Amino acid sequence: MILDGKCPTGPIEQTWDKHRFDLKLVNPANKRKYNVIVVGTGLAGGAAAASLGELGYNVQAFCYQDSPRRAHSIAAQGGINAAKNYPNDGDSIYRLFYDTIKGGDFRAREADVWRLAQVSNNIIDQCVAQGVPFARDYAGYLDNRSFGGAQVSRTFFARGQTGQQLLLGAYSALSRQIKAGTVKMYNRREMLDLVVVDGVAKGITCRNLVTGEIESYAADAVCLCTGGYVNVFYLSTNAMGCSVTANWKAAKKGAYFANPCYTQIHPTCIPQAGDYQSKLTLMSESLRNDGRCWVPKKKEDCGKHPSEIPDADRDYYLERKYPSFGNLAPRDIASRAAKEQCDDGRGVGPGGRGVYLDFGDSIKRLGADTIKERYGNLFEMYEKITDENGYKRPMRMYPAPHYSMGGLWVDYNLMSNIPGLFVLGEANFSVHGANRLGASALMQGLADGYFVIPYTIGGYLATVKPYGTATDHAEFKKSAEDVAAEQNKLLSINGKKTVFEFMRELGGLMWENCGMARSKESLEENLKKIPALREEFWQNVKVTGSGAEFNQQLENAGRTADFLEFGELLCRDALHREESCGGHFRVEHQYDDGEAMRNDADFCYVGAWEYKGNDKEPELHKEPLKFDNVHLAVRSYK
Amino acid sequence: MFSTSIGRKIVMAVTGCCMLLFAIVHLLGNSSIFAGAVGLNSYAQHLHSLPLPIIMAFRAVMLGLFLVHVLYGIQLTIENRTATPTSYAVKVSRKTTFASENMIWTGLLLGAFIVYHLLHFTFRVTPGLTLVNDAAGHFNVFAMVASSFSSFAGAGLYAAAMVVLFLHLYHGIQSFFQTMGWNCDCIQPKITTAGMLVALVLLLGYVSIPLSIFFGILKG
Amino acid sequence: MSDHKTMTINLVVWRQKNANDPGKFENYTVKGITEHHSFLEMLDVLNEDLIKTGKLPVSFDHDCREGICGMCSQVVNGAPHGGQERTTVCQLHMRNFHDGDTIYIEPWRATAFPIVSDLVVDRTALDTIIQAGGYVSCHTGGIADGNAILIPKPAADEAMDAAECIGCGACVAGCPNSAAMLFTGAKVSQLALLPQGKAEAKARVKNMVEAMKECGFGNCTNHYECQASCPKGINVKFIARMNREYIKAQF
Repeated sequence: MILDGKCPTGPIEQTWDKHRFDLKLVNPANKRKYNVIVVGTGLAGGAAAASLGELGYNVQAFCYQDSPRRAHSIAAQGGINAAKNYPNDGDSIYRLFYDTIKGGDFRAREADVWRLAQVSNNIIDQCVAQGVPFARDYAGYLDNRSFGGAQVSRTFFARGQTGQQLLLGAYSALSRQIKAGTVKMYNRREMLDLVVVDGVAKGITCRNLVTGEIESYAADAVCLCTGGYVNVFYLSTNAMGCSVTANWKAAKKGAYFANPCYTQIHPTCIPQAGDYQSKLTLMSESLRNDGRCWVPKKKEDCGKHPSEIPDADRDYYLERKYPSFGNLAPRDIASRAAKEQCDDGRGVGPGGRGVYLDFGDSIKRLGADTIKERYGNLFEMYEKITDENGYKRPMRMYPAPHYSMGGLWVDYNLMSNIPGLFVLGEANFSVHGANRLGASALMQGLADGYFVIPYTIGGYLATVKPYGTATDHAEFKKSAEDVAAEQNKLLSINGKKTVFEFMRELGGLMWENCGMARSKESLEENLKKIPALREEFWQNVKVTGSGAEFNQQLENAGRTADFLEFGELLCRDALHREESCGGHFRVEHQYDDGEAMRNDADFCYVGAWEYKGNDKEPELHKEPLKFDNVHLAVRSYK
Repeated sequence: MFSTSIGRKIVMAVTGCCMLLFAIVHLLGNSSIFAGAVGLNSYAQHLHSLPLPIIMAFRAVMLGLFLVHVLYGIQLTIENRTATPTSYAVKVSRKTTFASENMIWTGLLLGAFIVYHLLHFTFRVTPGLTLVNDAAGHFNVFAMVASSFSSFAGAGLYAAAMVVLFLHLYHGIQSFFQTMGWNCDCIQPKITTAGMLVALVLLLGYVSIPLSIFFGILKG
Repeated sequence: MSDHKTMTINLVVWRQKNANDPGKFENYTVKGITEHHSFLEMLDVLNEDLIKTGKLPVSFDHDCREGICGMCSQVVNGAPHGGQERTTVCQLHMRNFHDGDTIYIEPWRATAFPIVSDLVVDRTALDTIIQAGGYVSCHTGGIADGNAILIPKPAADEAMDAAECIGCGACVAGCPNSAAMLFTGAKVSQLALLPQGKAEAKARVKNMVEAMKECGFGNCTNHYECQASCPKGINVKFIARMNREYIKAQF
């Protein structure tokens, strides 16, 4: 089937304005008759719940954490992009649009990206008004920094905690609505199913993580703001609780999953120290503004203390390979370059899995105090984890899974193929194409939540009658029974292996065979091994305790079960996409110098998969991508 | 304002500060004892010659300050205990001091001492007092004080009470500035030191009276 | 850098099935811990052992494991987050302990934070305080340009110092009175320092202080234990500022 993204037509500068005018409106007096469920309270979910509450809808918001302030958006360090052009360095909405399309390796929809660039400026204004303490210069104006993949300084930041500050801004707006009674907040609830009544999304089924009760909630629309799925690699920079569960349950109810193979591997993370490790810690990309990446030129130097290696024997590989962008090359390119050096036997640290990020020159040029002011908290964090002082000895870095560009398929209105199911932020696939530029995730989450969904959801709700909040329809009952049955199944297996062991095994398969470099053989191997592992999971997993209590193992078991199904889809998508683009690198498709070789003739489309059952192959639906405003070019940062 | 946490804390701070000021003035007045019996007795006579309404009004205000400080202190402490039902099996304190932790106990001891002190020297109803008049026919305050402090128990009790006062003020003075919001990270250590010095001066000043009498340094 | 010595650690952990269970300490031994294990990874090892022997693992809150989400909450040997300066318990590493050490692990203890399970407590009281006024009441959209308000760098920087609070509740856990003054003071100060927050400053501080009391937090007695407990090193000067704001709000 050919999917229609329902993008407005006409000159791209006018698409969003025209579309807003064309959308139907809900009468202010009628808004309170409509209920909206928002799942997840990160930047997208928090902003959406607050904005929809302000408009007068009845909102029910859900998060698995103990407070809506803890969503993993909080961990974003570097900044948020906007086309303000405050530094007068040539930025514009068009340039942000172009950079995002190019950075995404021409695999995103033009209209969606334009809208994102257009509303980016409103986001900064909104956040300033909320009291987000963005960095200021001495005159009191907003300060900017540069970031990977762009040649202008358009990134706004609040020390190294921009995500935290933006999330707390959204959280404060949400808190205001909770107090006003327009939003009812449900903490410690995990969405375990989407309820679809007559083909339309009408509610969700949750587990109350404190009591273990299975609860049903009904509404006129459901917004999934449930983040990304790179914990499928087990070790990633995502929080421990991040999972694909909400999205995957929706996919199993008929929502299409688009481009799952587009996963981002962030170039600068602290390398893994041992097998027991539970997660990887990211160091902001902004470090590459002042840090230089290098590895020894000679393999025999790898064991030496970095200070013993003279400059002439260091290979500043990013500056060598990409002279015009240098250390600011986009993430996918920087990650692959790091991997190449390590594969060449010139990596440093345990297992040769690391490259140096060196601040020596910057400290000489700017002084240690300036570096400390810019990145102090990151150096502190590095020292806590590695026990090494980044000011005195170059930091060791290695790429790690970080972000998923893929997600549930949505149209221009952010509505999935299931009417009434909206998907926002990282959970959808829409704007980042095959690779996301730094400081764009925060931008997208807030754009979707503050400035897109408040308009587009009205366009949908104006066409439906209020459903109410009664959950007596048979579909709700069936969904609750199915969820309870799965929980009981997990508890009754009483096998020999723990949930973590399965997750580690799956993560290993995904990272080895479907990580930074993928091949037909490796993917086919995964397509054999993952179903076998899944089978073993359902026969041999051990979950102690009961379902009627606080049981973190049971939570993890459910998430792992979903990853075991979803991982297969990810590999299938990667196998079908016979090209290299952005975060998806197929070793069969590369130029002689190792750069990714895109195949626009055959793959310039969004691949959206329809779930057909675990034992059946999913069906691929395509949405062709048209580029009227940018020229499809080989992406070069040389 | 008087029901909230900060509001009552401010009341505590202000009443405490007033009583501290009284303690300073009281010490200055009492130090007339170092001018011998004549000094102290004429100071006492001067105070008693003030118009009665002024004396009574002053006493009423002091009593009010005292009662408010004590009652709010007790109430806040009870609330604090309710807010922390279970203590930790292991507890390390990094900033908490003996003085800060025991404000309620030093406070209650001081309260008890003040009651005793009033019964002792103001109302003169405690047993064993030397109640005589001096040559001029006025009440001999010095003789009363001197006889009380000549015993180890008498001098020791007053000296001990002043140590308790020191502990209370050591935390209380810097706490006043924090509660009133007249504090920032740069001056906080200085305020703490200054508060400690004031408390120390009061301790030494007050203790010097019973000790100098007990050791016979000060004689009529 | 990697030395392969491993440690054996004795743990004394608070176990409590739910809010109604009285709870008690249990002793455990974990082996094979390296200096690079984080504290929570050490607990992961313990939990894997417990699960394999059919027992219930220790429940503990954690999420980002990089010291920013504020979810992790354990009192380790009497100090919230283990007492390392500016460190959450998820960033605490086992290199701070020695082979054979005995470590006590307890949940936050405060009436306002009822225990959910083992080391997990309910901190919705902190949300309630924010809901009482920890925001600028601006509507989405229709906002003037971000540069329309100039904010002097020192004010912006100091507001950021206050805004670093991760809402973990360590200040309450460390406070002998279970007061939430540092948490509340940080938010009040952040918004009082910025021009955007000034319009509502009076109502905000009054409402948030009132909410603290209603939630069952204790009163500040200026021990400053909160600052020592805070994994972000939030300064008690923000409590002084809140007190000042509170006095200002009376007039």
